[in-house]
Amino acid sequence: MKSLRTIVAAIALLGTATFDRAAAQQDAVERELEKYRQMMKADPWSNPALLDADDGEALWKKPAGPNNVSLEKCDLGKGPGVVDGAFAALPKYFADADRVMDTETRILWCREKLQGIDNSEFLKNPHPGGGARVKEVGRIATWIASKSAGMKFAAKLDHPKEVDAVEVGKVLFNRRMGPFDFACTTCHADSGKRIRLQPLPFLSKPEEAKKVVGEWPAYRVSSTHVMTMQHRVLDCFWQMRMHRVQMGSEVSNALIAYMVKTAEGGDVAAPGMKR
Amino acid sequence: MISKTKTILAAVLGVSVAATLALAQSKPAIDPARIDAMLKTAFKAAPADWAGRIEGDETMKICSATNNAPKADDAKKIEASAKASMKYPDDGKLLGDWQKGERIAQSGYGMRFTDYPAANPNGGNCYACHQMTKQEVSYGTIGPSLLEYGKIRKFTEADTKAAYEKIYNSHAVFPCSLMPRFGLNGILSIDQVKDLTALLMSPDSPVNK
Repeated sequence: MKSLRTIVAAIALLGTATFDRAAAQQDAVERELEKYRQMMKADPWSNPALLDADDGEALWKKPAGPNNVSLEKCDLGKGPGVVDGAFAALPKYFADADRVMDTETRILWCREKLQGIDNSEFLKNPHPGGGARVKEVGRIATWIASKSAGMKFAAKLDHPKEVDAVEVGKVLFNRRMGPFDFACTTCHADSGKRIRLQPLPFLSKPEEAKKVVGEWPAYRVSSTHVMTMQHRVLDCFWQMRMHRVQMGSEVSNALIAYMVKTAEGGDVAAPGMKR
Repeated sequence: MISKTKTILAAVLGVSVAATLALAQSKPAIDPARIDAMLKTAFKAAPADWAGRIEGDETMKICSATNNAPKADDAKKIEASAKASMKYPDDGKLLGDWQKGERIAQSGYGMRFTDYPAANPNGGNCYACHQMTKQEVSYGTIGPSLLEYGKIRKFTEADTKAAYEKIYNSHAVFPCSLMPRFGLNGILSIDQVKDLTALLMSPDSPVNK
């Protein structure tokens, strides 16, 4: 934030009096950020998330848990072991679990069913703190997502349970909660708004959702680690003054189903790089 | 039948916003009790005294269900209950210290699960959504600009009271306002609400310079 302010201050000196000062400053900040994003895109290997994706691949293939087997037979929706394009078709309804699951929830399921791992201890603290590295499940999710990069979001979401999850997600998206009366819509239901200097995507609007939803999991510069979508949802609830939402819960999966449905046809650009 | 009528109506009206809303409302509703139960499960890590954070009061139920566009009679109900919720300082003085108010406006601290036990007083985080002073260029745009708020209103007593009330519970004026009910929900103390009122309504506050 401090460096942003420095940029703002520096550019402000160059601004002419005829411009609305604040708007000009904001444009300058946006230009600097866009330059940064373009540099990142020009050199995709500069994204530290790729290290975690690599590690995720190794973890996927490594025998682990009481059953001492790898996750290579895990069915992410396209058949056991098929990883290419799986992320772009999730979340989906899995008959074996009788519920709608996103990538991370499905990894947890396979850890339990294939490897015999009891997830309950892990689920008490599944996400990294500021500065700490993304945990193993998140690394695997980052790798799986990277194997859909360049594809279009194409989760069908037409099974009755999937349709229901999207509808529930929409209700949750509008639900005001906590002592601050916040909902997802407080920040994400209009175009061109910002919190402080941070632009906010209008996530109920397909054009805007398509641009950002596919960037997660993403390396987040401000917290210097990869943040997965389950973690990102928790982070919004934190700001809403709600507690830690259970990773893989029906609530977080419904919200993710709603966002992915809205972003249908958008590019998967994971792992992304965010502020 | 009603649902079908609405669908036909929507098709006829084409792209109008009203039609889109009617169509959206004609879908089968999700049982609110199911959502409540789902949220309780998802937030089972929360302390017992956080239960109220999920449930929400009557005002929030209406605002959530109507996407913050309550029908006229509901809007009146919300306004009335917000007016009845107002609490004022015992001595009747609504203007506190604008310098303290500025610090409250800058701070987003408080009530997040990482803020316990509290190390600082709660903030109002006004700048997250509002432009307030010319000096602070890092401001959000979800709420309207409050630049020269008091000056525009000629620092009248009536507007000072109105400003205090908007901070305490904005739904008294704007039913289903997006702004937190800082006073009613106990985010800020009455003294802090006074300090923010002073930030808006004092002639010597940077808001009015």
